[in-house]
Amino acid sequence: MFVTILDVGIAGLLMGGLYALIAMGLSLQYGVARVLNIGHGEFIMLGALATWSLHTVLGINPLLSLVICAPAGFVLGYILHRTMYKRLMVTSASPGIFEGNSMLASFGLLFIIQNLAYLIWGTRYKAYSYLAVPVNLGGALFPANSLVTLGFSLLIGIVFYIFLVRTRMGKAIRAAAQDASTAGLMGVNINVVLALCFGLGVAMAACAGMLISMNYSVFPSMGMEYTVIAIIVVVLGGLGSIPGSFIGGILLGVLGSIVTYFDAGLALVAYYVIFILLLLLKPTGLMGK
Amino acid sequence: MFVLEGQGVTKYFGGLAAVSDVDFHVDQGEIVGLIGPNGAGKTTLFGLISAALVPNSGTIRFKGENITGLRPHQICKKGLARTFQSVKVFSDMPVINNVVLGVHFGTSERVKAAQAANEADRLLEFVGLSGRAMVPAKDLTLVNQKLLEVARALATKPEVLLLDEIMAGLNSTEITQAMELVSKIRAQGITIFMIEHVMKAIMSVCDRIMVLDHGKKIAEGTPQEIATSKMVVEVYLGE
Amino acid sequence: MIQLSWASIRASKSYLIPGIILLLGLIVLAGLPSFGPKYSVIFLSTIFMYIVLTTGWVMFSGPTRQISLATAVFFGIGIYIAAILGKHMPLLVMVLIGGLASSVMALLVGSLTLRLKGVYFTIFTFGLLELIKNAINWYEVTFTGTRGRFVVVVDNNTIYLYMLAITVLTVLTAFLIRRSKYGLALQSIGEQEEAAAHIGINVTLMKVSIFAISAFFMGAAGAVMATRWTYIDPFMAFNMNYSFTPVLMAIFGGVGQLGGVVSGAIIFAYLEQILITKYPFYYMLVFGIVMVVSVLFLPNGLAGVVKNWRARTTGGRYVRT
Repeated sequence: MFVTILDVGIAGLLMGGLYALIAMGLSLQYGVARVLNIGHGEFIMLGALATWSLHTVLGINPLLSLVICAPAGFVLGYILHRTMYKRLMVTSASPGIFEGNSMLASFGLLFIIQNLAYLIWGTRYKAYSYLAVPVNLGGALFPANSLVTLGFSLLIGIVFYIFLVRTRMGKAIRAAAQDASTAGLMGVNINVVLALCFGLGVAMAACAGMLISMNYSVFPSMGMEYTVIAIIVVVLGGLGSIPGSFIGGILLGVLGSIVTYFDAGLALVAYYVIFILLLLLKPTGLMGK
Repeated sequence: MFVLEGQGVTKYFGGLAAVSDVDFHVDQGEIVGLIGPNGAGKTTLFGLISAALVPNSGTIRFKGENITGLRPHQICKKGLARTFQSVKVFSDMPVINNVVLGVHFGTSERVKAAQAANEADRLLEFVGLSGRAMVPAKDLTLVNQKLLEVARALATKPEVLLLDEIMAGLNSTEITQAMELVSKIRAQGITIFMIEHVMKAIMSVCDRIMVLDHGKKIAEGTPQEIATSKMVVEVYLGE
Repeated sequence: MIQLSWASIRASKSYLIPGIILLLGLIVLAGLPSFGPKYSVIFLSTIFMYIVLTTGWVMFSGPTRQISLATAVFFGIGIYIAAILGKHMPLLVMVLIGGLASSVMALLVGSLTLRLKGVYFTIFTFGLLELIKNAINWYEVTFTGTRGRFVVVVDNNTIYLYMLAITVLTVLTAFLIRRSKYGLALQSIGEQEEAAAHIGINVTLMKVSIFAISAFFMGAAGAVMATRWTYIDPFMAFNMNYSFTPVLMAIFGGVGQLGGVVSGAIIFAYLEQILITKYPFYYMLVFGIVMVVSVLFLPNGLAGVVKNWRARTTGGRYVRT
């Protein structure tokens, strides 16, 4: 009985760590830059497929490929914001309209990235094996790569948290998240901060993609599933709260694990039911404003 | 029976009482002014009357009927209309359509299209916007947009009209014209409750004035009484 | 965009010639099964489907400015009605029930959620799509044993004529609503919801009503198209492409003008039919690029571009936009 609980609990944490990572990236983009990036999952997919390519073609260690993929993701995101979303900020008549337009633009991006991926990598599912050795934790067996995933998610989460709270740039980001125009008046270069946040969000997506590729097979249309989960977690944690996304991710992962234990097919249904109930009853989520 | 009255009206935002236990009344045919420093709760009170906001406690009666808990469109149909502090005209429509909407939906009568257009034309003339019927509302000057809001509100055939700072941002001539318009509206038999900061306007046009400060009613009386009240002067100069 | 007041529109004669042309076009289309090439009927049915979905989407999301991604939900409900009831009743009845079922769903969803602001509403409708898809899938797998269902077979000509009829009804309804006081009221809700409520407009009732009306047409179209596919499953029926594509088509065509919306649907549906078999990924890529370009540079879509071009070529007088 205890082993079962441990089993379900740890599986939940493993999933949850991944969910938290995915959600934090989206939360950064929406909470600060006010862009609801429907294409978030596509950046995850890019990170995953890029890692696969680097590993199978060039033999690079997936964990190491992070050094390439994360900065690349950051740069991509930064440029996208400075060009595309910045223009939308200028042409949109109100924040509400900007949110709508940036979501639509992200739609377009979704199709562009996904189909470019199809053209580059083809439709076949791809996978590689790395650290697939079982580890024994309190009687239950877990693959090492899952544990590495959890570890990484926690690490990135903590590092990011420290960055937000302790560094100057982090404070600027938090100020911008609260009130962009006032932050701008107080000397924060708002354009840079917003683009930075968007870039960081993409970088996190790339990291998540790398971790996913270690555990599951990857393919160009894998992104949407993660985008949806990210949205659910962000709403659960509270739109605009990055710590909320972290906690929400872990929570959803554990919940999913529990539901899966009883009936695997119901997990997704459960996620959406929670999502819908949240939106109807407490849209601000756990920690949102 | 007062045409509009409220007892113990209270509204909290978080822990702060924006309006606190306010009693008020407006008699048929009066022009009542509502003044007070910024943040005193004046627009909040209007919001509570028009049902844009729900009070935490207290009741509001319109023509003797308890209207607390009704929704804005229902209150409009009963005969209470308002304008907004930050002008809310329908920008992408022509001026006349803004008013036509009020004619069609502001009362329970069914109006034919041609009749609605005529009525709208008449109202535009009443407020002084005749030449502008086909202009998109967003292309109007601020003062004209405020006049449009008034015309739109009048289209709903109100018995009581709430005016929220219609003179803000107007120059001297425009203020005088606005004051004349307010008198014209009262002459039509419409009761007016108006928030204003422009003192000379309030003092000369109102029959009675209420003063709010920090959500509470602190004074009420004729313009003469209010102008000479030490407390009111302190409240305005003190904060 | 100026909506001319009712009185002045009725007085104008400029709708006479386009009206006659449209009528002639309709007659030709109606006669197509008899004398047109075989494939054209199938081809056009799909285009009609997109016109219905896109026009339906614009009916609600255009004026209210709330982006709904529930199009696929309503379409899918129609599909499932066809799968469940198609064998037991005449086609017309089934189609009507498909439309009604979707309407009821829209009423339900609408009254619960239309107060959700902006982005929340959109992601809710998206979540709804995913919920229904997965819930039905779970149900089918767990209780009926098979994931998919067979749908009653109907010949292509009948499908075509039904789709033609639904398309005409949808576009006509959209047109009439837009020019009525209700269309004006919907526009005012989108611009200044609070002010609209204060001049007597029952905002919730209006939004929910138009949501339900648009859903009716989407559901009816779904019921008809299901008979063409003959086998359906939750993932086919509740495919998010049917939510995304109409949005693209409408934005590209120009949300403000009905002609733009229909044109956008026709252009993209045509492109899809041509490219989807040989170059599916290129087609979707172009889709994405057009979407981004439209949102960034063509706020009024193709219709806006046409309007600007016409304004420039009529000598630069103040043009009513």
